[in-house]
Amino acid sequence: MPAERKAPKPLSLFKTRYGLPALGVFLVALFSLPSFASAYWLDVLCRIGIATIGAMGLNILTGWTGQISLGNAAFLAVGGYATAALAGRFALPFFIVIPLAGTLAALSGMLFGIPSLRLRGLYLAMATLAAHFIVIFVAVHWESVTGGVNGVAVPAASLFGVELDDDRRLYYLIYALATLLLFFAGNLSRTRPGRAFIAIRDQEIAAGVIGIDVYRYKLFAFAVSSFYVGVAGALLAYQARLISPENFPITLAIDYLAMIIVGGLGSVTGSVLGAVFITLLPELLRVGSSSLAGRYPGMVELFASLKMGVFGLTIILSLALQPEGLAARWRSSKIWRKVAGSQGGSA
Amino acid sequence: MEFFLQLLLNGLVVGGIYALVALGFVIIYKASSTLNFAQGEFLMLGAYICLAILDRSRVPFAVAFALTLLFSVALGLLLERVVLRPLLGQPVISMIMVTLGLSSVLKALVQGVWGTDTRPFPAVFATEPVMLGPLPVSQGYLWSLGCVAVLLVVLTAFFRLTRLGLAMRATSFSQEVALSMGIPVRRIFALSWSIAAAVSAAGGILLGAMRGGVDGSLAFYGLKVIPVVILGGLDSISGAIAGGLIIGVLENLSGGYLDPLVGGGAKDVAPFVALVLILMFRPTGLFGTAHARRA
Repeated sequence: MPAERKAPKPLSLFKTRYGLPALGVFLVALFSLPSFASAYWLDVLCRIGIATIGAMGLNILTGWTGQISLGNAAFLAVGGYATAALAGRFALPFFIVIPLAGTLAALSGMLFGIPSLRLRGLYLAMATLAAHFIVIFVAVHWESVTGGVNGVAVPAASLFGVELDDDRRLYYLIYALATLLLFFAGNLSRTRPGRAFIAIRDQEIAAGVIGIDVYRYKLFAFAVSSFYVGVAGALLAYQARLISPENFPITLAIDYLAMIIVGGLGSVTGSVLGAVFITLLPELLRVGSSSLAGRYPGMVELFASLKMGVFGLTIILSLALQPEGLAARWRSSKIWRKVAGSQGGSA
Repeated sequence: MEFFLQLLLNGLVVGGIYALVALGFVIIYKASSTLNFAQGEFLMLGAYICLAILDRSRVPFAVAFALTLLFSVALGLLLERVVLRPLLGQPVISMIMVTLGLSSVLKALVQGVWGTDTRPFPAVFATEPVMLGPLPVSQGYLWSLGCVAVLLVVLTAFFRLTRLGLAMRATSFSQEVALSMGIPVRRIFALSWSIAAAVSAAGGILLGAMRGGVDGSLAFYGLKVIPVVILGGLDSISGAIAGGLIIGVLENLSGGYLDPLVGGGAKDVAPFVALVLILMFRPTGLFGTAHARRA
């Protein structure tokens, strides 16, 4: 009976009924963390939060829409320098600076994206690679704004005279924004544009045939993605307090790609896990190699190449062994299955 | 005028090396639709291997050169078998990421074994310049141009005249048709990786010999190749050669004439500005075909 056919249940944000309370507990734990974390770990935690926002942005573009960008470091730089200029010259509060920095990053992203988004996916990778070198060139040479190679100082994030001038205070801003942006992204994936993104990734031509304006949605995905990356750049500037072109090497863009590959393409959880994993990896290696340095004095010199080699191997092995990323591993872990019970937690 | 000619010549010499590396890039793209971001690391590794052979034994440069090419062929075969083949048929992003991971691992290997300091490369070419009309030209440049020309001719002949070359062209035309005609497509992939590794290594050796030293900055040549292949057309071998020479000349001219105006760095950024302009106005490049069609 055709009349009996029900519309499919709308995709919910949480797979099980334990999802929301579990997230609540996690968030409470997260926001009480600064009261007992050391300065070193606070710094690491702040960087993880910033990386999460950037990785989520890249995942909207790459994971959902299937477009590859190598320009993340460049758009981070746009966000960061915009913050330096807006907060430094005009002394604007952060709730104006951060959205503006994101918007500027989105605009500069579109400037480079427009010629290549009309072409096949690979071309965006190359255009954004070009964007990287052009943006860094500008950062080095536009000295009145960027301070050239010496860099430019960024005032502390401020709101009505309250200054978020250390990691402990900035932590709350970073994680509040990260939570907000992750929720937005999670919801975006369930809306019309979100499903259009996924359709474009899976079959661009078919997506066009069923009435999706492929070019417009690609451009939209790129703009949202660059906005996220720009916000991450603004926070990075607020945390670093001094930014120079050295803060934005091309390897940073590759780090972000590694986060979403290792974490899981097209997954909110994956963006978080990837950001955590890739940010922690060098820290853990540093701890490990400095503890070995007593026995093997050569370890310190080898550290840089060790870090690079392990990073590369991580990418290669995760592609070969768990192409769907840590997020899939997370979902299929036994504990999760037990909690989820029969509600289909293996999806 | 002499300044201009000097820049032009430098551009052609570097451009020839870009052409070699771009050729490897295009061969891999044609065979497996992958962008190989480890091309620059192949180049760097080649230079270091050749240097190691020259340092440890008393073989003449030509022998070391040939041994390095052999090593690179073996490396290409190995990497294709171990790293790339398991990912065959995966989405493009996986293939691109695996080459990025590979580039990290190769860079780490080179750094771990040889350190980060610049290592002197023995003088293999006579140092006194030859007069080419009014222009003094270093012999290394001439040798390099000569080697590049020979390699390019040999490779073009290989693609045009041999059965294997024909098989490679057939595979890049259509994998299914090639398979149905009995062409071992997997072996063609392996071959394309080994050729790409070998031509890049040749470029690295020539660069090392001309600069008189090798260091990690050689890997950057792998990224410089991206504008070259876009200019030439991503799927065109003659385009890679022409694009290499043009980009080489372009960056040297902009380095020579624009650097004093903008305060340095124009040389490195000019090819990427060209890349964006080409994508805007002629995305197929000079000789590229259907692959760059609009979506």
